[in-house]
Amino acid sequence: MSGVMVLVEHRRGEIREITWEMLAKAQELSSSLGVEVQAVLIGRGLSGMAQELRPFCHRVLVAEEEGLEAFNSEPYQQVLGRLIEERRPVLLMIGHTAQGMDLAPSLAAALDLPLATDCYEFGLKDGRLWAHRQMYGGKLSAEVSSEAPTKVVTVRTGSFDPEGLREVGGEVEEIKVRLDPFPWKRFLEYVEAPPGEVDITQAEVIVSVGRGIGGPENLGLAEELARALGGVLACSRPVADKKWLPKDRQVGTSGKTVKPKLYIALGISGAFQHIVGMKQSGLILAINKDPKAPIFQVAHYGIVGDLFQVVPALVAKVRERKGG
Amino acid sequence: MDVVVCLKRVPEVAEVDLQVDPTGKRVKTEGLPFVLNDWDSYALEEAVRIKERSGAKVTVVTVGGEEDEEVLRRALALGADQAIRISDPRLQDPDAFAIARVLAQLIKDLPHDLILVGVQAADDGYAQVGPTLAELLGIPHATLVTSLELEGGRARVRRELEAGLEEVLEVELPALFSIQSGINEPRYVSILGIRRVAKKEIKVLGLEALGLEPEGVRPKVLLERLFSPPVGEGAEIITGGVEEVAERVAEIFERGGVI
Repeated sequence: MSGVMVLVEHRRGEIREITWEMLAKAQELSSSLGVEVQAVLIGRGLSGMAQELRPFCHRVLVAEEEGLEAFNSEPYQQVLGRLIEERRPVLLMIGHTAQGMDLAPSLAAALDLPLATDCYEFGLKDGRLWAHRQMYGGKLSAEVSSEAPTKVVTVRTGSFDPEGLREVGGEVEEIKVRLDPFPWKRFLEYVEAPPGEVDITQAEVIVSVGRGIGGPENLGLAEELARALGGVLACSRPVADKKWLPKDRQVGTSGKTVKPKLYIALGISGAFQHIVGMKQSGLILAINKDPKAPIFQVAHYGIVGDLFQVVPALVAKVRERKGG
Repeated sequence: MDVVVCLKRVPEVAEVDLQVDPTGKRVKTEGLPFVLNDWDSYALEEAVRIKERSGAKVTVVTVGGEEDEEVLRRALALGADQAIRISDPRLQDPDAFAIARVLAQLIKDLPHDLILVGVQAADDGYAQVGPTLAELLGIPHATLVTSLELEGGRARVRRELEAGLEEVLEVELPALFSIQSGINEPRYVSILGIRRVAKKEIKVLGLEALGLEPEGVRPKVLLERLFSPPVGEGAEIITGGVEEVAERVAEIFERGGVI
């Protein structure tokens, strides 16, 4: 039976959240199309994870391989290539994550399959894939399509809610794949980020700066607001990339996920990778010159204006209230 | 050592009210400022540093019209040795695969020990051309690279994973790496520096010259339409004079128990 295939993403023995999100979407597609949900699990020491997945899939395809303690796109591509040629799924879902970004494009190219990346919504209509993805820093969305019999999508994290997963009680099937050696790409080790001076995840108030702060010489302004509120300074990716603030202050996918009582975004446009790291904050205030900046979609309050005028006035008002 | 860097010129869209053109599939680009894709500027800087350290030859490539030569000139000013532009009217609305296909066709005949690209382009954000190109050339790749060291015929790279975690890989050359922003500090290029290379030849190649049939670059994924993204509830926008706005916000902070 044909299926919707989901590549299970796991690291250090743990199934990653994106997997459950993709399975929720796969279940929805499976009921409307009358096809199986097939999870593909590749690595070493997989039996625990296979049992964890089994209730939510019709089939868990397990490929246990020597020397696959960590993800490597080369063997993954070999295993998935074999499976796709044998089983012809209508759709293969891979996370748009560090793993998926390393794997999906070369896999699709090797098998001559169409690939739509970073999709937040998609479906199949009469066998045709339609998928929605953002472009231009989240300012526009695009609908893309493909008619090929097998399509590959990479899925944006947080797009589907795993709360709705139902038990469908499937089976575990062992896959034997004779891997060709791949000595040209070797995983050596993981490296943890060194702890920073300040742990921004523990702060109740965060004043976060983006590209709009203009330069390191203007950080004092943001720092003053942080001090008035008893908070700490954080930043979006461009600020850390430019070394205006250390990397451990970066909020977002590749940095920290924070949940303060108050998050103030100064000159941050709100790229998806940033929003993921702060959208759970209790109260979000955004100050930005661009009324179309995506940050205003997640903020509770917004000021469209020049942060260099608003912030000093705000510092004064906060001090006034605290003093009084 | 031969290094090839793939570059793209993209519109700068921060603080711009983007409009979709009548086809519904493209944005109106008139009046938009264009820049070298941010991720590509890190890839280019990395290539120039390798050249400075070990005397590599750097070739820069783009796919696009004459106006896109601006990014090649910038690269030449930084020290690239050779620039090539692929241009063909039949490449008007390419998908990521089509771009990778033409790049592969060109690069397979260029000496290449190392191919560097940006992780993604700021406009379409596919993050797809690099590893697709590597596959078409039959060489290994690593994406999201935050550090790159060459030793003999090998590269030791760090890849950025999630939440501050990185992984270290060893990859044999020739290889392709997609470079993550922040890997280095791209240097400033002066107008004078760009003017100095204004006369330098940029080779322009079309599909015939590359020996490609138009069918070979037909998109696999079609872009049907552009539309405004779904919106959340959206922020309550506080309007008024600066004092007034600040007072209102301070009040909200106090009510919210943060002061």
